[in-house]
Amino acid sequence: MKQHLDAYFGEFGGMFVPELLVPALEQLEQEFIKSQNDPEFQKEFQQLLNEYAGRPTPLTLTRNFSPNPLAKIYLKREDLLHGGAHKTNQVLGQALLTKRMGKKRVIAETGAGQHGVATALACALLGLECKIYMGAKDCERQQPNVFRMKLMGAEVIPVDAGSGTLKDAVNEALRDWSASYDDSHYLLGTAAGPHPFPTIVREFQKMIGEEAKQQIIKAEGKLPDYVVACVGGGSNAIGMFNDFIEEESVKLVGVEPGGHGLSTLKHGATICKGTKGVLHGAMTYIMQDEDGQIEESYSVSAGLDYPGVGPQHAYLHDTGRAEYVAANDDDALDAFQRLCRCEGIIPALESSHALAYALKLAEAATEETVIVVNLSGRGDKDLAHVHRVLEQGGHYE
Amino acid sequence: MSKRYSQLFANLAEKNQGAFVPFVTIGDPNLELSFEIIKTLIDAGADALELGIPYSDPVADGPTIQKANIRALESDVSPSDCFDLLKKVREYNSDIPIGLLLYSNLVFAKGLDAFYQSCQQIGIDSVLVADVPTRESKVFCSVAKQYDIAPIFIAPPNGNEDKLKQVAELGQGYTYLLSRAGVTGTETEANMPVEGIINSLKSFNAPPSLLGFGISKPEHVKVAIESGADGAISGSAVVKIIEDNLDNPTKLLAQLGEFISSMKAATQR
Repeated sequence: MKQHLDAYFGEFGGMFVPELLVPALEQLEQEFIKSQNDPEFQKEFQQLLNEYAGRPTPLTLTRNFSPNPLAKIYLKREDLLHGGAHKTNQVLGQALLTKRMGKKRVIAETGAGQHGVATALACALLGLECKIYMGAKDCERQQPNVFRMKLMGAEVIPVDAGSGTLKDAVNEALRDWSASYDDSHYLLGTAAGPHPFPTIVREFQKMIGEEAKQQIIKAEGKLPDYVVACVGGGSNAIGMFNDFIEEESVKLVGVEPGGHGLSTLKHGATICKGTKGVLHGAMTYIMQDEDGQIEESYSVSAGLDYPGVGPQHAYLHDTGRAEYVAANDDDALDAFQRLCRCEGIIPALESSHALAYALKLAEAATEETVIVVNLSGRGDKDLAHVHRVLEQGGHYE
Repeated sequence: MSKRYSQLFANLAEKNQGAFVPFVTIGDPNLELSFEIIKTLIDAGADALELGIPYSDPVADGPTIQKANIRALESDVSPSDCFDLLKKVREYNSDIPIGLLLYSNLVFAKGLDAFYQSCQQIGIDSVLVADVPTRESKVFCSVAKQYDIAPIFIAPPNGNEDKLKQVAELGQGYTYLLSRAGVTGTETEANMPVEGIINSLKSFNAPPSLLGFGISKPEHVKVAIESGADGAISGSAVVKIIEDNLDNPTKLLAQLGEFISSMKAATQR
């Protein structure tokens, strides 16, 4: 059995946290390693995924969404997962680890509220106390999710500090954890943050890509040309990419939030436009000024509104294995509406960024092209927000 | 440079005193007043200074010091402004040990080499990077050593013997001993005594230990020293005086002076 996991992906990753948190992170690493080799753990995790969360999720060939008959667009339907997004996968894994460590309380951050909802449901199911930190601005734009969390027994703490978004919620959760690690697990929601979170979250999300690979081979008899996923912190994307990384013929594309455009200051495209630095415990690409002060990101979708990115994505970018592009708010909104009209599926605004880029790929195709998009979540939570935007003429401000 | 620390601890030992070290964020609430504040700390009897460079995301800090960071950033205080101010502080007093406390991204942004070189040129004695634990410290320690800056490490209350040994071996100047878990602030009082950790550190020949987190009253300083610490660090209680007197700099400096003197007085063994 391996004693430790690699803390770095090339030069990215690491454990840049106050000394106080190191024992808690090392304990988590050890528990994770043990659980990976424990058939009992694997059995319970699988059972929850299958019988509670609804795995495997289908792979759907869109009938009308692709604008080009040469391009087939498939959707990996994480929107159908219990909880409404891929987040539930890894939360169940970490919640089981929490129980194994004998901890009774879970703290988590949330942006769009999807991770908060997933954490709240897992805690309700497994009898854990649950406290969710959420940026005050995000609480406002994701009201239904705040209510969902509360219904399932979670305490939601609005965070006013800084920009009042995901970054500040993470800071506050880390502060809580540095006083409460004895009885609490910090259930981080994305493939970012200090080691071992990027690895654990990937391992608990990798079934997305494993299933998708089998499903596409069954449907098409071959691997896809493109695998496309949106990237905020990057958990749905790394879960989708992981099993395809070794398949060199498959182009991996991560789509970052372009906000009002990459030439403006209002975006969250960390890999496309950011520089190397440390945020929330990891060396990665971040949005910062010349002095190293963290800058505020912007995206219409709260779940992508984060000025950092998972360190493995930074590595996949630097090695050239994956390509990272951006889709603007308006592109995402168009793709959102197009999927609703063409397929009868309301996607999350986050996933709509990946859909927007898939449309571009499809339009440009000059030969038969198979594109798999991770439809990472459903759009119910975004309805009020999109409604408001469309009434204002369809442009995000 | 870390000679200033060894000189300090030798002098204090002769006087049978512990060290009292106040912390403030540089540029809080603005550069001009910050210089007056730091001079007041020195004049009122601080044995050494622990000074923070303002940062947008201070995850190891509680609300009081977070607000100090925000005040300084809102006054447009940049790291290079901080270095300019530090130069003036060093000119004002050539003997007092000056420690910097900051977050790793500020060091990476400037470049490790350039950062530690500036520290040396100004006459900084130590640097504590709050989010660089021992396991990530190798490159920081080697550059710090090159420029004769003492790297400061935190001895956590949850650290096992291996961790304390590492802290003892890597740290120079002094050891930052935590009185409790959590973030900085007076919301949670210091949880003393910490004799067990102090004894372990001593057995590993660690640099002298200063107890921090939740130190806000002379009694805390007294207990820290009675527990075997070589001194105490007080941050949030000092910063709170700034926060409470933002509209009255004269009163601010007067209260600050009184507080520092009373804390220093408690260091007599």
